[in-house]
Amino acid sequence: MTPRKRLVGLGAFALASSLVLTACGGGGGDDTGDAEGASTGIVTVGNGEPQNPIIPTMTNETFGSKVTSNVFAGLVYYDAEGVVHNEVAESIESEDSQNWTITLKDGWTFSDGTPVTAESFVNAWDYGAALDNAQNLSYFFEPFQGFSYEENTSLIEEGGLTVDDELTFTVALNQPESDFPLRLGYSAFYPLPESFFDDPEAFGKAPIGNGPYVLETWENNSLIELRPNESYAGEREVQNGGVDLVAYSDEDSAYNDLLAGNLDIVTNVPASAFGTFEDELGDRAVNQPAAVIQVMNVPEYVKGFEGEAGLMRRQAISMAIDRDQITETVFSGSRTPASDFTSPVINGWSEDVEGSEVLDYNPDEAKKLWDEAEAIEPWGDEPLLISSNADSDHQSWIDPTCNGIRDTLGIDCEFDAYPTFDEFLDARDNEEIPGLFRGGWQADYPAMSNFLGPIYGTNAGSNDMGYSSEEFDAKLKEANGAEDPDAAVELYKEAETILFNDLPGIPLWYNNATGGWSESVDNVVFGWDSDPILYQVTKSE
Amino acid sequence: MLWYLGRRLLQVIPVFLGATLLLYALVFLRPGDPVAGLGGERGLPEAVQEQIRAQFHLDQPFIVQYLLYLKGIFTFDLGNTFTGRPVSEVVADALPITFQLAIMALVIETVFGIAFGLWAGIRKGKLFDSSVLVLSLLLIALPTFVTGLVLQIVVGVNLGWLPVTAGRDPDFISLLMPAVVLATTSFAHILRLTRTSVIENITADFVRTARAKGLSRDKVTSRHVLRNSLIPVVTFIGIDLGNLMTGSIIVEGIFNINGVGGTLFRAIGSGESVTIVTLSTVIVLIYIVANLLVDLLYAVLDPRIRYA
Repeated sequence: MTPRKRLVGLGAFALASSLVLTACGGGGGDDTGDAEGASTGIVTVGNGEPQNPIIPTMTNETFGSKVTSNVFAGLVYYDAEGVVHNEVAESIESEDSQNWTITLKDGWTFSDGTPVTAESFVNAWDYGAALDNAQNLSYFFEPFQGFSYEENTSLIEEGGLTVDDELTFTVALNQPESDFPLRLGYSAFYPLPESFFDDPEAFGKAPIGNGPYVLETWENNSLIELRPNESYAGEREVQNGGVDLVAYSDEDSAYNDLLAGNLDIVTNVPASAFGTFEDELGDRAVNQPAAVIQVMNVPEYVKGFEGEAGLMRRQAISMAIDRDQITETVFSGSRTPASDFTSPVINGWSEDVEGSEVLDYNPDEAKKLWDEAEAIEPWGDEPLLISSNADSDHQSWIDPTCNGIRDTLGIDCEFDAYPTFDEFLDARDNEEIPGLFRGGWQADYPAMSNFLGPIYGTNAGSNDMGYSSEEFDAKLKEANGAEDPDAAVELYKEAETILFNDLPGIPLWYNNATGGWSESVDNVVFGWDSDPILYQVTKSE
Repeated sequence: MLWYLGRRLLQVIPVFLGATLLLYALVFLRPGDPVAGLGGERGLPEAVQEQIRAQFHLDQPFIVQYLLYLKGIFTFDLGNTFTGRPVSEVVADALPITFQLAIMALVIETVFGIAFGLWAGIRKGKLFDSSVLVLSLLLIALPTFVTGLVLQIVVGVNLGWLPVTAGRDPDFISLLMPAVVLATTSFAHILRLTRTSVIENITADFVRTARAKGLSRDKVTSRHVLRNSLIPVVTFIGIDLGNLMTGSIIVEGIFNINGVGGTLFRAIGSGESVTIVTLSTVIVLIYIVANLLVDLLYAVLDPRIRYA
């Protein structure tokens, strides 16, 4: 067997040379910037394999969206604080919050040289909304006139989208939505070049965009190379020589690579390092609330939670949970106790929405409320069940939550585990869940409405509790129609007060964005969506 | 010998069919709906889910799915993953890497296992023997992910001697640490097997005869003791080649290697039945081939077995 011999021989040589290399120390850079302070290094970022082809209306998960958000430029973009800036849009205007006229800046092109026109947007959105194209993000076009889940429709033919001239188009919605411009930075609303429509499949593997970067190579399961786009015409000026998105199958290995200096940015610290990463990385660590909230929902059909007694029980359970302690001990501070139904990174979030004191840990009040509910209608001997999938770690917080409920209210409480996430979804959608159930929500765009409407609106897409309140719906509609953004925020807060009074879901905590970066990069900022703003990262070497 | 080989090769067919049917049934009978979980918390629009189900024949009865899968195999079309990559491409990418890793581990565990075991067996009861026994016990007791993570942090992160992860295009150096981790448990087993076997043989009649004939000690050890002690070890190594394939699921995860293990792990997570069954089938085939090789090696080591 000569191959074996050769293998061993080769190995000895390689081992020796690598020891020499490591002995020399210091990671070698790819480029040597000649200008003073020029940042030309390639920034490496831990990522994973995108789940879908890189088509904006298909990309609904974080691995793929790191590509789309950097390869495409939409009408607007979000800065780190979630503030909206016009990008391709010159203006987005409406007199009634229902019919919107969008004017584009002149001079934008895709990286293949074709111009970005009104049609680039209109055709892309029309494609994304059509039922037959089965796009993951098609629900974003739900508010558009002519959208349908029942039959294949074209927003253009139905009047939802109209091209006025080369740089202007009009959107017609079914009802006023004042936060419409806020959504337009999300990936569902990016433009597509003509070449996409010739061969969507080929495009999905080698997308052509108009954003700050171009996708240079995509090696499946291992690497995506993003390089600066020479023809990009916007403000998100690239400060580095490019970005390499490196696929990891395991968060621990990415984090260990970061510690060893082989990786520049980690966007998810593994749970095993929650307790230590801030010490290990110092000021290169990020641990800040993200646009993600975890709640415990109360389905309308569960016995014991109806009527006045049911409301008192929900309040009692909420007050029996020591959020500070659980976020600190179970999550090592990688969660932030919730104080409303939105998230601290969202404009309008506040710690003192009327009624939010129900989220404070208050065992005495909890017990009192529970006993009052008992007097109206006894709970019985049944344990209180908290349902969730068991394929990711939920037992760790459900157990202490249950302990709190048990100690405070004197009732039994159990984790009702579903083996896999999809079985849990199945039970949820078939209304078979026997008790409270876990719910998580990550915002698509930085707006309060995105946390309230889709979850608590009557018959809304993710209203899995079956909650329905005329008062809440009316308030939401009023807020959506408000012309002034500040007035809208106040109205959304009032809507939240209604939720606090009804408590269809019990807010638990906000997930934090946990991440870190190596010593070789600077200017790393994690945005409102928990992703680092890649174009402004500098790496000189 | 040729007849024997042919018969063994024919046996592969029913094993293959049985294994795929069983695997397919297991994946199919798993409760829940993988497509429903694809879109995360919010779920995908119903139209999208239906389209995916139709594309992967998930809306068909089990037996139809299985037959379509078999048809795919014989027409060299294994279908696509949920992300739209051909499964055959995924397997072709993953297999060489895992194979390289497994061979490296196999060489490491065999060479060191037999050498240590032989030495310990010859010097039974001495200090080397007892310390090696303790070491092997420790290695058997430690789960792979513990050795993997500890080595990764100590050797990779703290000392910086070897790459922390293998990543894409893994070379010999970056695969060295994962291979060592993968080899640890089997190394201890081989060591113990060899040692026991050597101790048995060293007092056997034929060894005493060889000694009495005046053969040198080295010659007796290599020709008579070692050769006869290798038979149980070879059996173990054959089966172990399959174990190395499955063991790679954990090791490949820790060291970020895009081999069969890592790919299988991801496929299980996303419920991609076609990928799971195909990769598992590949592992089954490797088991079968490894067993075949073992049986042939027997014949080489012990001529008495050859014509049985």
